[in-house]
Parts: sequence; structure tokens; C-alpha cells
Amino acid sequence: MALPSYTETRYRIWHYFYIAICTFVFFFLIAPLFVIFPLSFNAEEFLVFSEGMKKLDPDAFSFRWYHEMVYGTKNPWGLAAKNSFIIAIFATIGSIILGTLAALGLSSRHMPYKGLIMAVLISPMIVPLIISGVAIFFFMAKVGLAATHTGIVMAHIILGTPFVVITVTATLSGFDHSVTRAASSLGSNPFNTFMKITLPLILPGVISGGLFAFVTSFDEVVVVLFLAGLENTTIPVQMWTGLREQLSPTILAVATCLIILSTLILVTAELLRRRSERLRGINR
Amino acid sequence: MSSETKQILTTDGIPLEVSLKKAEKKNKIKAFLLVAPLLLFLFITYVFPIGEMFTRSVDDKMITNMLPKTFKAMEKWDGKELPPEDVFAGFYSDYKVLIENQTQGKLGQRLNKEKNGFNSITKKLMRQIKRNKIDESQSIKEQIMKVHKRWRDVEYWQAIKRTAPPYTMAKYLKGMDMYFAADGSIAQVDEDRRIHRILWLRTLEIALFVTIFCFLMGYPIAHLLATLPMKYSNLLMICVLLPFWTSLLVRTASWMILLQQQGVVNDFFVMIGLVADDSRPEMMYNKVGTYVAMTQILLPFMVLPLYSVMKTISPSLMRAGKSLGGTPFIAFWKVYFPLTIPGIGAGCLLVFILAIGYYITPALVGGASGTLISNQIAYHMKTTLDWSFASAMGLMLLSGVLVIYWIYNKLVGVDNIKLG
Repeated sequence: MALPSYTETRYRIWHYFYIAICTFVFFFLIAPLFVIFPLSFNAEEFLVFSEGMKKLDPDAFSFRWYHEMVYGTKNPWGLAAKNSFIIAIFATIGSIILGTLAALGLSSRHMPYKGLIMAVLISPMIVPLIISGVAIFFFMAKVGLAATHTGIVMAHIILGTPFVVITVTATLSGFDHSVTRAASSLGSNPFNTFMKITLPLILPGVISGGLFAFVTSFDEVVVVLFLAGLENTTIPVQMWTGLREQLSPTILAVATCLIILSTLILVTAELLRRRSERLRGINR
Repeated sequence: MSSETKQILTTDGIPLEVSLKKAEKKNKIKAFLLVAPLLLFLFITYVFPIGEMFTRSVDDKMITNMLPKTFKAMEKWDGKELPPEDVFAGFYSDYKVLIENQTQGKLGQRLNKEKNGFNSITKKLMRQIKRNKIDESQSIKEQIMKVHKRWRDVEYWQAIKRTAPPYTMAKYLKGMDMYFAADGSIAQVDEDRRIHRILWLRTLEIALFVTIFCFLMGYPIAHLLATLPMKYSNLLMICVLLPFWTSLLVRTASWMILLQQQGVVNDFFVMIGLVADDSRPEMMYNKVGTYVAMTQILLPFMVLPLYSVMKTISPSLMRAGKSLGGTPFIAFWKVYFPLTIPGIGAGCLLVFILAIGYYITPALVGGASGTLISNQIAYHMKTTLDWSFASAMGLMLLSGVLVIYWIYNKLVGVDNIKLG
């Protein structure tokens, strides 16, 4: 963004002001995440930087809270992590299957009432979570699935499918339908055509939708708070209780692990996005 | 002429038109069958339960089922003076059944909500009945009226009559700080008890300001991201996407650490001499905390739609504007800005919709003055267990969101939502 040499002074000033604003906003976005790292190594029990930490005294830092997170007595995090992963994985699989099928149907040009159906399918993303939570709770309580893993998985499928529908429909918008017709004309049955031709081509969209569904489920707390019993506690529920009741640095240790996990997911999602953009570029 | 043209036939001898229509119909069914599983699943587990929230919110059958004979007898009563003997008799026999089933307490509580003072007089009547003090061969009206003076007050009988219909809009009125007065008209609650109206206004205010803050902060960086060369913008994009992918609770936790009184932000203010060490401002558990945390959390939802629109605007348009004699400001205002309006609309509506239903962050950093309507719904779901009121408030919120969603759909189209 180098300025040309003929720029007038006032635009020069404006330009630096603009850069300053942008720097501030980027800092505002990213800095809060980095305050978690150092504090999770705090040797003391408080969620503030101790005097020792400010002087970078090595004694002020320790792995105490990570130790606590893994081996602590009456520790909820182990069970919570197990539940979170099980629920998120099944919810992702469910969302991918239902969402991809629906996206395939929606991108067919023969689909009737496309706009209306799309609006219904996307609605769980738009309706405030608290309302979804209340409605899903009423349903699950009626069919006896409240406080079960199955119930929570079903709830998370509801919340996760919109993402899969959106990403897969986006991928399919650049999809060249003549390749599937070619496969059919060469004698392939629809199932084989889907597995061998369509799926590999839309896979980036499916996976990135799946990542969204996974993160949605893994991070979801409002609906789980309505549905979960003690046995179904998840990481977000534990963090929620922790933040409301006893603020212990163990939460920060968990948070650090979650930030690392989200970084990994971000890298995967970015790589997929670039790959799918490249593929779509070739198609045109 | 049309009668002379020969119909075109397929090899099977079926007219081509018919055959094409058949194929078209087959394709339609095929496409619909692919969508059907998800649609069915959503309808059963999601759309119908939301509809059920409505029946729950207006449901008032409990009393209707508890006092069938009373309400039957009340049909003929004009409600101006004390009801006739058969209403008292009906109430007496209904109430006796309730005592046998030991559900008379619920009636007292429910009637007490309609008019204060019912709880004690129904209990008193119950004791009289249990001791067999009521002689069924005498006038029941006279005997009940002797139990307590409030039974002689026509207002209490009017209150019972008001509970007769199986459906009521009372919960919706309560959500707007109104109620049915004794004569059946709609009245406002006392000024100092209008808590829900404050919550609605606060929710709107916070959602509106968070949207404005997000726009003011998101527009410059989206512009920077869209105009920088790819290799820099990809790097900076991480600053937007990493918070986007990070757990909401982690981000809220970090704001709780930053904004607390001994927190980093206050330390910084003391360091640069903005505030004295002993008068550190309270930034959490109030609106400031809610604004700051929600703006940071929702900012990516503003930046991403803006960025995807700005990316499609050719830089040569700005150059053309300048070469035609516009200053950079005029070129920006007359050429660039109007082209970004679709992105602004998408981003603002998305942020506003998300902000208006926010729950977790206000509950943790908002304190008492930062809580929103969602927190009130959760409170009634979990603490007071007034599920019909929670449903009513939820549906009021939902109707607002659906209006915005409809506008969003008209302006942007839901199938144009882009992620990442």
C-alpha cells in the first residue's frame, strides 16, 4: 500500500490514520486470545499477572494447572472431553450425510420451492440459540431423549446441517454436471457415479462444512445446558460452570488447548478452501 | 394449422411432450427425495416443537379442567353481582373432587396469580370441607360466604370467571409488562415494575450499537484485506478467522481476564496515567463489558461478508473516478461505497440477528445491567420453571428475528451466505 509520490499531505495523513485504525482493529481481534497463554502457566491461583510474572521470574511459571487438568481429583475434564468428542463426531457424521444429500437435491435445477426450502433448512443458524434450545428441549423431553447422548447428538445435527448445506451448495454451484451425465452414459449407476465422480469433486466443500458442524457441536453450550444431565457434561458446559462459579486457572489450561485445536482446524479449513477455489477455477 | 401438424413421437410411440413432462416430473421427485430426509428430520425435531411452544404459551386449560361445573354454571351469570346458588354449588362440588385428588393446592396458587388473597381463602374453605362443616342439604352459597368475607366479594368471583377460557394471551401481555385488569381490559403494570420493557429496549439498544461498532471497525479492515496483495492479506485474514474458529467461551473468558478490576486493561490505564491505581473503573458486569466482548466476538461476521463483496470491486473503478476529477474522498463516496452496500446489508443484518439472541456472553460479563432478553428466557426455563412464559417471550423474540431474516432473504438471499 505504498503511496504514490504526488500524494497531498492531507491524504498522506489520512492514509496513516487509516493504517493506524486497521492495526488497532486487528490487535483488538487477536490480542485477547494471547492473554490466555501466559496466564495458564501461572504458578498462583489468581487470574491476574503476578508480580513475578511481570518480571519474567521463572518461579512464577509452572505447569501446575495442566497437571491439574489431566490428573486432578474429582476431575470433570476427562469425562467432559470424552463426551464432547463423541457427541461432536457423531453430530458431524449426521450433519454431513443429511446436509450433503439435501444440498445435492437443492442444486438440482428441477427442485421445486427452492427458496422456501432453503430458508427452512438454514433457519437453525438464524433462530436465536436460546429459542432452539427451548424448542429442542420440549421435543427431547417428550420423546424421552433429554439427558442422553442421542438427544444431544440429534440437537447438534439440527444446528450443524445448515453449515454443510451452505458449503456444499456453494461447491456445487461451480460443478460441471456434464461429468455425471458422461458417467451415466458410460453405464455407471447413480450410486457409483456419486461415489466415483461427484463426491471426490465436492469433497472440499463437504469437509469444510463438516468442520463447521464439528466446531458448532464442540463449542455449543446453550442447547446442551438445557439437555444435559451430569453424565452428559461437555467441555463448554464445564467451562460455563467454571466461569460462573470457581474461576480456576485450570480453565485457562483447557482454553489454551482449545485455541491450539481451533488453530489446527483453521489451517485445515484454509487449505481446503484454497484447494476448492483452485478446482473451481479450472472448471471455468 | 395446429390440427394439421403431426405430433412428434418418441421411439416408444409416446408423444414427445408427454415423455418430456414425465422425465421432468421424475427429476423433480428425485431432487425432492434427496432433500426429504433432512426436511423431515427438521420438521419433526425442530419446526413442530417451535410450533408447540406457541400452544404452550397460550395454554390455560388447567383451571378449565379443574372447575368444569363452576364454569358451566357461570355461563348464565352476568358477572355484575354475586353469582347465584348454582355457581356456588358447582364450585363446591368441583373443589371437593380436587381435595379428594389432593390437587386443590394448584388451584389456590393459580387463582392467587389472578387475584391476590385466593390462597388463604381456598385453604380455609378446604379445612371446612375436610371437617364436614358444610351441610349439603342447606344453601351452599350461604355457607361458603360465611367461611371468609372475601367469598362475599364479587371481585373474587369475577377473577374465577376470567380463568374460564382454555386459552389466554396473558403471558404475552406479561412479556410487555401489561395484564388483564379486573374488568377484562388491558392495563399497564406500575411504572417501577416494568422490567420486561427495559429488557426489550436494552436488547435492541445493545444489538444496534454492537452492529454499529462492528460496522465501524469491520469496514476499514475489510477494505484493507480486499486491497492488499494476496500474500499479506492471507496473513492478516488469520487475525479474523482465528477468533472466528475459537470457542466462544474461550473468548469470553479472555475478556473476563482483561476487563476485571486487576486486569490487563486496567493495568494499562494505570500505567499510562489515565486513571489512579485506587480508582480503577469497573468494566465488567455492566454494559461496557457486554459491548466490548460482543463486538469482538461478532466482528468476523461483519468482516467476512464485507470482504467477499469488496473483493469483487475492480480497483480500476476508483482510478477512473479519480481521473475524472474526483478527490479520493469523493471517488470513494460516489463510486466505492455504493458498490459495497450489499455487503454492508448482509454484514449488519447478520450481526444484528446474532446479537439480538445473544446469551452466553451477556450472562458471563454482563452482570445485572448487561443481561438481555435471552437471559430472562433462560431464567424462566430453569429457575422459575414458568415454561409457558419462557415460550411466549421466546416467540416474541423469534417473530422479531424472523422479520429481519425475511428482509435479509429479500436483500441478500439465504443461498448467498458465504462462510470463510
